[in-house]
Amino acid sequence: MTANSPSASPSTHAQHLAHHFESPAQQFDAAVQGMWLFLATEILLFAGLFCLYAVFRANNPEIFQHAHHYLSKPLGALNTVVLLCSSFTVAAAVRCAQLGRSRQSATLLGLTLACGLAFLGVKYVEYHHKWKEGLLWGRHFRLTEGEAATLPSAAGPATLPAAAPDATSASLGPPAAGDSAPSVASSDEPSATFRPMVLAPPGLRSPDEPAGVTTPQQQVRNIQTFFAVYFLMTGLHALHVLVGLGLIAWITWRTVAGAFSPLYFTPVAMAALYWHLVDLIWIYLFPLLYLIH
Amino acid sequence: MSAGPLAQVTTLPSVAPAGGSVWLPPRAEGAAAEIDAVFYFIYWVSVFFFVLIVVLMVYFVIRYRRRVESEQPRGGAAHNTRLEITWSVIPLILVVVMFYLGFRGYMDLVNPPAGAMDIQVLAQKWSWNFTYPNGHDDAELHLPAGRNARLVLTSNDVIHSFYVPAFRKKCDAVPGRYTYLWLRDLKPGEYLALCAEYCGTGHSDMLTRVQVHDPADFQKWLSEASDPFRTRSYAEVGRLLVARRCASCHSVDGRAGVGPTFKGLYGHPVRLQDGSTVTADENYLRDSILYPARQVVAGYGPVMPTFRGQLRDREITAIIEYLKELADHANR
Amino acid sequence: MSVLNPTIVLDQPAPAPAGVNYLTHTRGLRSWLLTIDHKRIGVMYLVSILAAFLLGGIFAILVRTELLGPAKTIVTADTYNQFFTLHGAIMIFLVIIPSIPAALGNFVLPIMLGAKDLAFPRVNLLSYYLYLLGALLAVVSIVSGSMDTGWTFYPPYAIDSAHARFGGVIPVLLGVFVLGFSSILTGLNFIVTIHKLRPPGMGWFRLPLFLWSLYATSVIQVLATPVLGVTVLLLILERALRFGVFHPGLGGDPLLYQHFFWFYSHPAVYIMILPAMGIISELVSVFSRKHIFGYHFIAFSSIAIAVFGFFVWGHHMFVSGQSPLVTVLFSLLTYSVSIPSAVKVFNWLATMHGGSISLRTPMLYALAFIFMFGIGGLTGLFLGALATDVHLHDTYFVVAHFHYTMMGGTLIAMLGGLHYWWPKITGRMYNETWGRVAFVLVFLGFNVTFFPQFIMGSRGMPRRYFNYPPEFTAFHQLSTLGAYLMAIGFVIIAGYLLHSLFRGRPAPGNPWGGATLEWQCSSPPPPDNFATQPVAGDPYDFRALEYDPGSGGYVMRPSAGARPAS
Repeated sequence: MTANSPSASPSTHAQHLAHHFESPAQQFDAAVQGMWLFLATEILLFAGLFCLYAVFRANNPEIFQHAHHYLSKPLGALNTVVLLCSSFTVAAAVRCAQLGRSRQSATLLGLTLACGLAFLGVKYVEYHHKWKEGLLWGRHFRLTEGEAATLPSAAGPATLPAAAPDATSASLGPPAAGDSAPSVASSDEPSATFRPMVLAPPGLRSPDEPAGVTTPQQQVRNIQTFFAVYFLMTGLHALHVLVGLGLIAWITWRTVAGAFSPLYFTPVAMAALYWHLVDLIWIYLFPLLYLIH
Repeated sequence: MSAGPLAQVTTLPSVAPAGGSVWLPPRAEGAAAEIDAVFYFIYWVSVFFFVLIVVLMVYFVIRYRRRVESEQPRGGAAHNTRLEITWSVIPLILVVVMFYLGFRGYMDLVNPPAGAMDIQVLAQKWSWNFTYPNGHDDAELHLPAGRNARLVLTSNDVIHSFYVPAFRKKCDAVPGRYTYLWLRDLKPGEYLALCAEYCGTGHSDMLTRVQVHDPADFQKWLSEASDPFRTRSYAEVGRLLVARRCASCHSVDGRAGVGPTFKGLYGHPVRLQDGSTVTADENYLRDSILYPARQVVAGYGPVMPTFRGQLRDREITAIIEYLKELADHANR
Repeated sequence: MSVLNPTIVLDQPAPAPAGVNYLTHTRGLRSWLLTIDHKRIGVMYLVSILAAFLLGGIFAILVRTELLGPAKTIVTADTYNQFFTLHGAIMIFLVIIPSIPAALGNFVLPIMLGAKDLAFPRVNLLSYYLYLLGALLAVVSIVSGSMDTGWTFYPPYAIDSAHARFGGVIPVLLGVFVLGFSSILTGLNFIVTIHKLRPPGMGWFRLPLFLWSLYATSVIQVLATPVLGVTVLLLILERALRFGVFHPGLGGDPLLYQHFFWFYSHPAVYIMILPAMGIISELVSVFSRKHIFGYHFIAFSSIAIAVFGFFVWGHHMFVSGQSPLVTVLFSLLTYSVSIPSAVKVFNWLATMHGGSISLRTPMLYALAFIFMFGIGGLTGLFLGALATDVHLHDTYFVVAHFHYTMMGGTLIAMLGGLHYWWPKITGRMYNETWGRVAFVLVFLGFNVTFFPQFIMGSRGMPRRYFNYPPEFTAFHQLSTLGAYLMAIGFVIIAGYLLHSLFRGRPAPGNPWGGATLEWQCSSPPPPDNFATQPVAGDPYDFRALEYDPGSGGYVMRPSAGARPAS
């Protein structure tokens, strides 16, 4: 039995005791174990993305070293602090629920909500900036002149990522030569505004692409890969923050309605566990994406 | 050969020509004997255990069958640690041996033999292109017997896999990277190569011939093939090119395929997807080969890969000459 | 190995009104759609899964019919490619993976454990609706544009609409994502139930082996499925928004997808086979009326298979271009999984030795399992060895191997379990003669379908081929003939099982003489399974049971001091 489990008093709490459990303690234990298992699956979901990060960074470290400059460290740090505070408030809320202090619990949950919303607000600001500057993934990546001018010159060697050796004269055409998906700029000859040097990985360059002048920024190829990873990881995380906020909002409403007591506060504890995981994932995301040296 | 689109091409060799065993095609590469030995080792161990299990099962069912519903079993021990360990350890030893034998045979595939001739293999939907050391491109793989070869594979579009059952060798061709396959001690003969990684509509038509020549014959073949124009007219060369590179999607006899038929094409109007109509002249044909997505024919999908960088101008001209011939014949 | 303690009486269900069971105690559509009774949820799963099996089977028959001739027989290449893709996706995600855990496990686990329900009954219902949603998305895909990528969705083919020209890829991927959640929640539910809801006296080593296998399966479901989730998510984003993680033209790596995909999909095959092996342990023991041999080894081997199964995914990628070092490591690790499976087979045979063997339909399926999983497992050895796998990869040898293990293994065990627990679930007995007839058809048909495919494959016939070299025609035609035979067998099974629902003899509480707890309640069980928690004994000790010709079933011996089962 854990320190947080309610005492067994069937007479007053039969309404919360499901028919297939023998005691409230057993029910609480089962809920905790179930929740931890669910959190394990969430960790594995993100683990796939961390793996993606690791593979791409190991293969092309210069992309990550160069591209992370586009991210705002102050904003990332702010988000980290905000989430840490929210974890504290939600933990305090669980303690209050356990002690029967519903009003304080509701207030603390409300503060958690506010922190979570602040986090999403900052994320919106960051995403909006990226969208405006064209710092997106895949073919949507468009390095604007203004942004390029503010960058330090590319750190590290200007050598190409060690993917495939340069193709011979039997080089391969652009990969989607027949691709007519309207949402993608799919012409199979270079256009005036298209900068193939940034986009094309070595070996898949079309022979009639200009081998022209390269700027320092363009010497690092495939910067869009970093942004693909960035948006995937922070996007999935933001989605989980949203879900977490929904859960906390629901728990707040139920607290105000008087549904919890020292003998039954399981949903509060479970929602808090979920929120802690969301926070923990950000704690890993922040240095990996923002604090690359 | 099947009645598929390749029927109009040269007939292809059998995938498993006579001379092999029930289970395996005949061997044509140096490492194949060792691979087959591994196969048969695993085979006989498997047969032994399978027969043992089935015989015991059938025997027990007969010997211990329940005669009366109220019958109680004679009983027996519910565990026997020594027995259980024995029948864990013996299979363990056997499978470790299998691993080791498989590992040794694999080493041939990944360790380059000395003095290997490099051949670039380009896979695309749905044909193979082989580039020889002298720069010649061919749709078939020709190799000299007794000499080692290294195939350098890549793909233009999706993942394919180059498989020659007679060699017991297979390797994926992945876009964006190069993969390698070593061959040694080849036996003269004709073998079939197939695509072994699903790649769409024409996956099962992506077959080609592998011909292993006697060493002197190989040089002769190579010099002749490298300059087909020396002994043939443009239209003849064009016919060969079409048969090897275009036939999996375009017929020459009017049959429907993935792409429009070439019969009666040259000089005639073509209706495009955007509603406009163009004449199939030299410019149109050349554009269609190099930039296939620009003008897609109405009723067809935009699936043709580009041949830019694979066909030289002369070869494109040869193809156009052949198409003219096809149209002339159609008009008569 | 103790006798059921004669002084502890297994409680009978509280005197419910005569004839009230989980099927009858409430009526109406709403009482089913909103039920949280694990038994009803299990029945709903069973119906849905069998419907999906019918759909997947139709695609299989279409595939085999097209392959009657070396060139086009009934459809175009594009249509054929859709047929085999849908056959694979439906069978794997909608049938084989959920079949035993969701349909039989949901029903049997709590009762066999001695509990009143799973730990989270409402989550269980949610799991079922997620399954339906996933199935619906698959159907949407079929009608809205279908797909031809193969069930493995390899990029770059699966990414560009220029390649995979059918637009139904994203709905199916979404369906797979949703089905993954269904699978995770079921696994989670099972794990917590087995940990927290065991009755007094049921330590871990008193658990029936079916429950051990479900536990091991659930661990895999919980740990592996999220990786599938993120993989299909990435693929959807790649296809819809061109994210560029897998497409080489955008800076991505197609091999990364393969690693991600197989990291789940290999453990997935152990999700498929472990519960099947659990069923076989029960069947072999009950129908030999003998204590299972080597209980501990079998229990541990389930866990071992679950654990080792996570380390071997690279054996699907030996020729993909991955590094030779990694290739060699995966080959070595792959063999580690073969030993626990072999151990189980030997243990089952040893159980039969000295027993009293009854060849009722469930036992026939158990014996067929040993035969066919034997072949399937042994042919896996060829594929684990590097030298031979280079030749055999992506040929019909692989197709035959996985059909022998998944169909000759899991599906056959599922049928055995279905026939075994049918009286408990429905309260009716089916016609034994027809059961045997259908079994023979299925068994013969299966082997005629798939054994020639081994020979085809090693002779060089690649898989997923629409046209094929004409020298394989005879093999293909034989294979198709077998498929038709099998189909007839399945139709017969459906026939007599449905017939039993209306005209079958009412089933006694314990028709087969099983000693696990589900046979101590009535057939069908009452709504709450047990009035008070039963006390568990040895689930494989049959000495306390005797045959009662009056009821046609088994009862507790009066001399053991226990009241007869009702």
